[in-house]
Amino acid sequence: MHDRAVAHVKSPPAGTLAGVSLDIWRRLAIAGALAVALAVPFAAKNFFIFQMTLAIIYAIAILGLNLLTGFNGQFSLGHSAFYALGAYTAAIMMEHGGLGYYWTLPAAGMVCFVAGFLFGLPALRLEGIYLALATFALAVAMPQILKSTPLEPWTGGVQGIVIIKPDAPFGLPLNSDQWLYFLSLAVALVLYACAVNLVGSRTGRAMIAIRDHPIAASAMGINVSLYKSLTFGVSALYTGVAGALGAVAISFVAPDSFTFVLAIGLFVGLVVGGVGSIPGTLFGGLFVLFVPNIAEHISKGLAGAAYGVILMLIIYAMPSGAAGLCRLIIGKFVRHGR
Amino acid sequence: MELLLHQVLAGLATGGIYACMALAVVMIYQAIDHLNFAQGEMAMFSTFIAWQLLQWGVPYWAAFVLTIAISFLAGVVIERTVFKPIHKAPVLTHVVMFIALFAIINSAAGFIWDFTIKSVPSPFGTQPLFGQRLISAHDAGMIAVTLVLLVLLYLFFRHTRVGLAMRAAAANPDSARLAGIRVGWMVALGWGMAAAVGSVAGMLIAPVVFLEPNMMLSILLYGFAAAVVGGLTSPGGAVFGGFAVGVVENLAGTFIPYVGRELKLSIALFIIVAVLIVKPSGLFGRRVVTRV
Repeated sequence: MHDRAVAHVKSPPAGTLAGVSLDIWRRLAIAGALAVALAVPFAAKNFFIFQMTLAIIYAIAILGLNLLTGFNGQFSLGHSAFYALGAYTAAIMMEHGGLGYYWTLPAAGMVCFVAGFLFGLPALRLEGIYLALATFALAVAMPQILKSTPLEPWTGGVQGIVIIKPDAPFGLPLNSDQWLYFLSLAVALVLYACAVNLVGSRTGRAMIAIRDHPIAASAMGINVSLYKSLTFGVSALYTGVAGALGAVAISFVAPDSFTFVLAIGLFVGLVVGGVGSIPGTLFGGLFVLFVPNIAEHISKGLAGAAYGVILMLIIYAMPSGAAGLCRLIIGKFVRHGR
Repeated sequence: MELLLHQVLAGLATGGIYACMALAVVMIYQAIDHLNFAQGEMAMFSTFIAWQLLQWGVPYWAAFVLTIAISFLAGVVIERTVFKPIHKAPVLTHVVMFIALFAIINSAAGFIWDFTIKSVPSPFGTQPLFGQRLISAHDAGMIAVTLVLLVLLYLFFRHTRVGLAMRAAAANPDSARLAGIRVGWMVALGWGMAAAVGSVAGMLIAPVVFLEPNMMLSILLYGFAAAVVGGLTSPGGAVFGGFAVGVVENLAGTFIPYVGRELKLSIALFIIVAVLIVKPSGLFGRRVVTRV
């Protein structure tokens, strides 16, 4: 069941391409992407900068989901709940606590880590489709809980909370869209670096071992329950930070922004980006943001159908996501050394 | 006491809707080993076909049978064209395909028949049953049809060669193929039957909730919940789960003060998660034992 459930993650291919080792190509690619990312806010219109900020934020949320699903083999169709929790933590701290937005990111991360860890405990009993359904229930319940009367003094009920959009600090010559873009980019870089290190570490190998064969993993002395709950917590932490960033960037939170549609969007982003691939989540973030717009562009009345058809074609073209396709293409040109 | 009785009966009536849907969910789960997230939309589309036939002046029961036949064919065609090419793909890919199918069907129905609410007539009438006010004739008819469907499916899966072959194909495709069963066509047949059962559910539900492209959203969710509570491997369990979810939903809405009405859905879902934690394979489900 487990090896069938999740596509395997291959270790980065070794070898040479055009006489240069793949490791160097990889560094060049990262440097190139970073250069483009840094240039975007100075070359594009404000609205595009805003969209790219959101794409980065979605990518962080998808990365969180990927740590859970791609590297630990636990499904979730409910990450919108943690995204909402992070967003509301940020909004409530700013609205009722009067705190600066920069304090809300770590706080949202911690709140979601605890919530994710606690949700991960009962989730230990569930597998595969049952876990997907339980998390889906969480996603469906979340907007209703946010709207409910007892919480209304804090959450503002259906109206939500309006936040003030922050300006660039220290008198930097940036407008608030540019500043939020750089803030999101910086947070994303830190979180991606952490994720790469986590996956490559002893802990990461334990996570992957649990995904591939839980029984063998526990026979090797891995505490399966602890690692699974912790992974749930870390995954929720990533998504919660993304949610807090999203709340600041959009400067508004409302229950209906965090319905199960968001959860499904994140899940789709995960699969088209590539399950178990860290760079693939970037593609996932772009997909979640732009493809619904493209679909709307194709046909107003049949936007949903256009979205569905695009999704189907992508799945046929790249069954293991964008990351799988890249690996396949690189594999064709690489000369295996050693 | 009267309030309790009334709420339980009303719960049974809505439970009948969920039971119908849960039966369709379990049906396809048995055939393809996946939960079909587009099931509700397929049922909705079938119901629109039935409505269109009725608009054209086809008598009710003829439209009923015709819709079931069309849905069956459509289910088979969807499996052959969309899902056959990816039948070896991982579960996650399947789920994404279901989501894509969901979006396409929902959008297409809205495009063809627009989003205004349409009413579908009930074959049983809406007058109260036997003159009492607790349960209407349509509710009773719906429950009866669900139970008849359950018995038919039970007989089909237990006592016919095709039913046995379908179960074998779902349980162990490799061995089934070696035994001469055409596994691919069994899966297609399962899709067809699930679509047919779904269309029956849709046509029975539509007089109660009214017909529009988003009518199935919450019903499908309750249907999943019911199927999981009862156990995804057990059609009888799914029907029981449907009634249980309906009753619990109603009682929670009435008797839990303050949050009951607002959080009805959440409470129902919470109960499902609680059941799953105590019994991970549902109340009546079989535990799947696999060789390590």
